[in-house]
Amino acid sequence: MTTTQQTPQPQPTSAEESWRGYAEESDNELSRATTVRLKEQSRQLLFDLLRPYRKLIWLMVVIVLVENAARLAVPYLVHLGIDRGIPPILAGEGSRDLVIVVGAVLASALIQAYARQVFLMRSGKLGQTILLGLRRRLFDHFQRLSPSFHDRYTSGRVISRLTSDVDVIDEMLRTGFDGLVTAVLTLVGTAILLLTLDLKLGLLALLSFPALFFLTAWFRRRSVLVYRRTREAVALVIVHFVESMTGIRAVQAFRREGRNEEIFHGVNDRYREANLESFRINAIFMPSIKGVGNITIVAILAYGGWQAYHGHVTVGVLTAFLLYLRQFFEPLQEISQFYNTFLAASAALEKLSGVLNEEPDVAEPLQPARPERARGHLELRSVQFSYVDGVPVLPGLDLDVPAGQTIALVGTTGAGKTTIAKLVARFYDPTGGHVLLDGHDLRDLTEDDLRERVVMVTQENFLFTGSVADNIRFGKPGATMEEIVEAAKVIGAHDFIMALPDGYATAVEKRGSRLSAGQRQLVAFARAFLADPAVLILDEATSSLDIPSERLIQRALRTILADRTAIVIAHRLSTVETADRVIVLEHGRILEDGPPETLITTGGNYADLHQAWEDSLA
Amino acid sequence: MFTSAILGVGVSLTVPLVTRAIIDGPVTRREIDLLLPLALLALGLSISEVILVWVRRWAQSRAVSDLEATLRHDLYVRLQSLPMEFHTRWQSGQLLSRVTVDLSTIRRFMGFGLLFLVINILQLVVVTILLLRLYWPLGVVVLVAAVPIILLSLRFEKKYLAISRRVQDQQGDLATAIEESALGFRVIKAFGRREHVKAQFDDSAVKLYGTSIEKVRLASRFWTFLGVIPNLTLVIVLLLGALAVGRNTITLGTLVAFITLMLSLIWPVAALGTILAMAQEAMTSADRISEILDTQSSLKDGTDELTKPRGHLRLENVSFRFTPDSPDVLHDINLDLPPGTTLALVGPTGSGKTTLTALLPRLYDVTGGRITIDGHDVRDLTMKSLRNAVASAFDDPTLFSMSVRENITLGRPDATEADIQQALQIAQATFANELPWGLDTRVGEQGMSLSGGQRQRLALARAVLARPAVLVLDDTLSALDVHTEALVEEALRNVLAETTGIVVAHRASTVMLADQVALLQNGTITHVGTHAELLATVPAYRLLLAAEEEEVHA
Repeated sequence: MTTTQQTPQPQPTSAEESWRGYAEESDNELSRATTVRLKEQSRQLLFDLLRPYRKLIWLMVVIVLVENAARLAVPYLVHLGIDRGIPPILAGEGSRDLVIVVGAVLASALIQAYARQVFLMRSGKLGQTILLGLRRRLFDHFQRLSPSFHDRYTSGRVISRLTSDVDVIDEMLRTGFDGLVTAVLTLVGTAILLLTLDLKLGLLALLSFPALFFLTAWFRRRSVLVYRRTREAVALVIVHFVESMTGIRAVQAFRREGRNEEIFHGVNDRYREANLESFRINAIFMPSIKGVGNITIVAILAYGGWQAYHGHVTVGVLTAFLLYLRQFFEPLQEISQFYNTFLAASAALEKLSGVLNEEPDVAEPLQPARPERARGHLELRSVQFSYVDGVPVLPGLDLDVPAGQTIALVGTTGAGKTTIAKLVARFYDPTGGHVLLDGHDLRDLTEDDLRERVVMVTQENFLFTGSVADNIRFGKPGATMEEIVEAAKVIGAHDFIMALPDGYATAVEKRGSRLSAGQRQLVAFARAFLADPAVLILDEATSSLDIPSERLIQRALRTILADRTAIVIAHRLSTVETADRVIVLEHGRILEDGPPETLITTGGNYADLHQAWEDSLA
Repeated sequence: MFTSAILGVGVSLTVPLVTRAIIDGPVTRREIDLLLPLALLALGLSISEVILVWVRRWAQSRAVSDLEATLRHDLYVRLQSLPMEFHTRWQSGQLLSRVTVDLSTIRRFMGFGLLFLVINILQLVVVTILLLRLYWPLGVVVLVAAVPIILLSLRFEKKYLAISRRVQDQQGDLATAIEESALGFRVIKAFGRREHVKAQFDDSAVKLYGTSIEKVRLASRFWTFLGVIPNLTLVIVLLLGALAVGRNTITLGTLVAFITLMLSLIWPVAALGTILAMAQEAMTSADRISEILDTQSSLKDGTDELTKPRGHLRLENVSFRFTPDSPDVLHDINLDLPPGTTLALVGPTGSGKTTLTALLPRLYDVTGGRITIDGHDVRDLTMKSLRNAVASAFDDPTLFSMSVRENITLGRPDATEADIQQALQIAQATFANELPWGLDTRVGEQGMSLSGGQRQRLALARAVLARPAVLVLDDTLSALDVHTEALVEEALRNVLAETTGIVVAHRASTVMLADQVALLQNGTITHVGTHAELLATVPAYRLLLAAEEEEVHA
């Protein structure tokens, strides 16, 4: 948790944004030191991306050189054709010379075309390859990062990084090398030509450099800020957009459209303003570059004319000089254009490198333990945990769950039930103490080993686009249709699935909107059953089920949980009572611990809870 | 904008003329007095060129960024107004890519592409006319050379249009994959399915890569042709021109002028390729955007206003199916709820309870029969007055990344502090006052994370605060513990006494809130009665609601 979170202080957002409310995050202002580090990071990332293709890039420079040589040869050959090819014809000596020259023009045209084709193809392919690599790397990295990072970073920003920011880099790669290499070559070549043609005039022309330098420095300074703002503004647009569209049911049912429109107008307008400003900076920068060029040309014209009048330079030299000077300033426009897309991409690269530099809080072990077959013996040894420093959720918890036992965690909101579940699933690491599975600290297990053994089902029953079968198969990629159907039957989901229009092949549509909450939970259960873990964690996983489904699940649970360790969190005591052992928690401490039948009779918190529940059934 | 662009081009063409004048006048004819005025003229022209460019860019920058923002805004407004039926059909990644990628493609084209296209074509036409006037036989050669360029452009256009459409659609698919990986992150993590999800993402990314390469290949061929055709024409012109000079048909000067002019065509023709590609992409994007803007909402807004809704709800022979060719999800539903009565809706998982409740605020429209409120068919009411009259709390409570206050006043922005506190009280959600910034604390994905029960209570407060004539509670209490549930139910009794209520219930305790119970089975209501009646006479009902007790005592 190093880069994005600078200040832990709450950041009240500005007045017109009171709708957003306050939260513990700072999304905008960056310190100067951070800015410098960001710049370095983004440069490093660009370098990293290009490095594997060093050779290819050099090859491409050579190809561009060949192409440009062939391109520049054409005017020269035309000149030869006119000076050397035509006189013999006029003199009646045949057209042999002309034919040779024309042949040469043809040859250079073909070489130019070939080089161009190769270059465009190669560089286009390279750009796409780099992009694919970047996408893969980013995606993998996001998936590797810890849940705590995602809690903090939020899905909207993840989406924005992976879509909008990558697109900006795509644009840079597309407009990329072509223009840049050609332009730089022309620029340098022309500068040398100018100096050799006439030193004084050449130096006068070079006087424009400080002005160009100053302009570019100004442009960069302004652009960096604006583009950074653009990236942040577009992220906010995306966040709001995605939320509105995924929550469209609530939006429409509560006639939220109007207010949302206002809010969207706000974030959209901020994005527009950032865009407008970058356009305007360009609108000043581009003509200014042209202006410097034009003024230099006029100065050369006046001074050169004066010099020519006095016979210090020939008219020919002056003409050539002016022609070349035009050629000198023309590519500058193109370079500026590229520089512009480059700066835009840099802002995106900054954001991306920030993400890529995040390390998972829950790191893979350097020397992973090699666990034998999983049995499911869970141990929490004086486990401490706090989300916010100084506010411990678990002050030091000891808990031993023998392999195969089902425990139920009971307690009010904030008692630490979900935290225990998340620690066992290693969504977080404890701030003190150890969580052990079959004697191995979870921190010593590889992600694959851990996830194979521990699976958590929550009330967040996210279904992915695809069929019902696909969603169950998610628990065990490569499962056969028989296995899927078997899992659904055990859970009691088979009947409702068969009643769907296409049975198991029915598409669940966006975010499972056509399946009811209870049906989604059943699918999630089948998914977990198919995964067949040694330790199963059910965090409020039965809350949306109706009684028959819950009863089915409970019957199933008896078989499912029989040979595995389970942690069950449920506020329905009907589910709790299926456990071998109930643990009553308060403020992260164990108040009561024992089989449910015993706890009912001993007259503690659990007995009270049980009584209240009995009453509610009447 | 275009005026300043054309003026700018005009000015930049006159600068060489002044240059010639300086070389011819002061230098060659030694009229040194003219040097200063001419130089000043050149300076003036140069500066005015710069100013014209600046004016054009400045004007353009506002026009273009406004255009983009307006389009995005219109898209958003349209999407919000499109019915659930649309939203379940469309992947949200496809919507997202339209709002981001497609709009910036259009911005880019409008930003410089369009202008260059106009200027380039103008330049091509003018120069070609000049060439024809200079020496028509060679001019015709140039004109003939334009034929393959035009033919090729048309062919390219067709192919490129298809390919860029595919690229953009695949970008949308990729955005969907990305969105799901971000939204479903915790599930992916819990099952350790990183590799699996990565493989799916990779699939989309590689597909996009393949199509992009195809696009690159097509473009590189086309652009190469655009570069080579003028050069080949040059070869012919040089050959024929030289022969013409040899036969004294034209002077050497004319040939030089002709070739020089022709060379000035090479760049605009080559650039045409890039610009045409840009134009194609912009057109594809515009298509993709108009697909949404042109979608007519299948829900037509009515005209009737409910001024003082009493909440008399009637369902007459209601049936519903999601798509015309799918079977009925609900059929032959008849209900009559006089104002102030509360109905509990009970039924097994998947019997259509949630779907039925979604018909009341017209998240979907009935496909048969009708629903009336106070005698008005809901389809005849304005959306505004209908959704003012009906408020729902859903089974999965959606909280937006906004302050608590903003979240619970969704249905009633003008609620007073007292109203809010009362609603929080009813929903047992007064914990909101104890959040770090009280009701101004941001909740939702980007804010404080709340437990399922807390979110449900806020969603309930939201529905209660709206003070609707018809209140729909869809299994709203499922994530509450027994104790809190009892408190909420107690408070809800008072609320429900004043409004017409439909409560989707899985528990006997929730059913007790209602005057009557309707049993929904296989898409239709089979029994209506009081809890006690149904319990006594309907075995299926007993199975649904009494099971819990039996289970415990079994």
